[in-house]
Amino acid sequence: MSKITYIEYGGRQHVVDVTEGLTVMEGARDNSIPGIVADCGGACACSTCHVYVDPAWVDRLPAKEIMEEDMLDFAYKVDPVRSRLTCQIKVTEELDGLIVQIPEKQI
Amino acid sequence: MTGIVVIGGGQAGAALVAKLREAGYSGRLTLICGERVPPYQRPPLSKAYLKGDMERERLFLRPESFYASQDIDLRLGDRVTEIDPAARLLKVGGATLAYSQLALTTGSVPRRLPALIGGSLRGVYVMRGLADIDAMAAEFVAGRRLLIVGGGYIGLEAAAVAASLGLEVTLVEAAPRILQRVAAPETSNYFRTLHKSYGVRLLEGTSLDRLLGSGTVKGAVLNDGRELETDFVLVGVGVSPATGLAERAGIAIDNGIWTDELGRTSDRAIWAAGDCASFPYKDMQIRLESVGHAIDHAECVAVNMLGAGLPYIAKPWFWSDQYDVKLQIAGLNSGYDRVVERSGKCISTSIWYYKGDQLLAVDAVNDPRAYMAAKRIIEAGQTVDPRLVQDPNTDLRDLLVTAAAPQTKASGF
Repeated sequence: MSKITYIEYGGRQHVVDVTEGLTVMEGARDNSIPGIVADCGGACACSTCHVYVDPAWVDRLPAKEIMEEDMLDFAYKVDPVRSRLTCQIKVTEELDGLIVQIPEKQI
Repeated sequence: MTGIVVIGGGQAGAALVAKLREAGYSGRLTLICGERVPPYQRPPLSKAYLKGDMERERLFLRPESFYASQDIDLRLGDRVTEIDPAARLLKVGGATLAYSQLALTTGSVPRRLPALIGGSLRGVYVMRGLADIDAMAAEFVAGRRLLIVGGGYIGLEAAAVAASLGLEVTLVEAAPRILQRVAAPETSNYFRTLHKSYGVRLLEGTSLDRLLGSGTVKGAVLNDGRELETDFVLVGVGVSPATGLAERAGIAIDNGIWTDELGRTSDRAIWAAGDCASFPYKDMQIRLESVGHAIDHAECVAVNMLGAGLPYIAKPWFWSDQYDVKLQIAGLNSGYDRVVERSGKCISTSIWYYKGDQLLAVDAVNDPRAYMAAKRIIEAGQTVDPRLVQDPNTDLRDLLVTAAAPQTKASGF
């Protein structure tokens, strides 16, 4: 289990344990955290699981693949450095302590 | 005290109950699911789950505990056999259940081959629920022969999984080309080439005459008289809306359960959403079979059940994964009179559907930027000059800037 902190747009924090192997999106879904919509269920097809990764964590995550980068390119209020799609981030032990911020809205 | 009952635990049913709670409904809420598993995602069934890359629990739309935590009475493995709209009563599993408002999210059922031509033989499968996939999983072994009937998205996705796993795949499509019902020839051509490169035998313009075998399917006779042997068969010839229950209750049916722009059926206390329901779109009454629509329609109906009075405006989008290719579709192409193709990097391309100068839809193949740009333009009711689209030097971002409302008269661009 890795501890992940999801911060809603209004500032409300959710600190939850997510099983390694799941994605950061699935961690939000399984803990009913609002704001990560994930319409496509994790297929990298809809860009509705967008978050801003805490600056301290940006470089500690595996790099974006082209598909994710391209999807993000047109997401709502993208930050070129901090924006990620949570369905593309697999939870590992190294991600214990990860903090992500949920945007005002998806798309 | 009665409350809201939702019949059908698919994507729409799950979205509807969650939205009712989110929107503040605190009365009794019951979700009746025919299957014995909590609501789950269907798209991976013909993709990652079929391939064995995804465990069952990861398909669940919400953990089972969600329903209890939201005070939603989740009834698994229950089937409603009758609705009595006058009394506002349901018959479910031999008991009766009263409702103040009812939502039908019964989805759709796959069309099957008639028993007369072998549709009931063992080894003949359809692809709709977890049980279907679990039943056929043992057949997906390298070297075995699979016959797929139907060259739509389900058939092609299954072909991709089977070919990737080393099966010998033959696919027959009665229409002159695969994806004929849903896409332009350019898109069909792309996927034909792709599947052939993986060794799938595609027989277009070829229909199935009958399946052969006694007890278990052994082969097939095609309409041109050809016979072929097969170890199992997958039928992917479309779905029909699950309207039986509504029909028997005297609710109006029109290409699915008829609903108005709010999602209400011909009975004031009964609503419908998702695959099973038809709804007004532009000047048509249409039905959509997609996850995006199931969610949006159900959420809209949920707030309308609480009195919001919010007309549903569909924003159609779809996707399909085949091999390492992702197809994303924005908009609905029905009524298109021309297409332009925009070639992207490497194996990416996009097909842009126009009616006059109005952009209707885009099929983006491994080109998420084209998909996202087009989705924005279409949903804003705008259009872009096809010459700009076709020009590889046009940046897609610039398209968004130049997008504008279509001219009322057809301009020559």
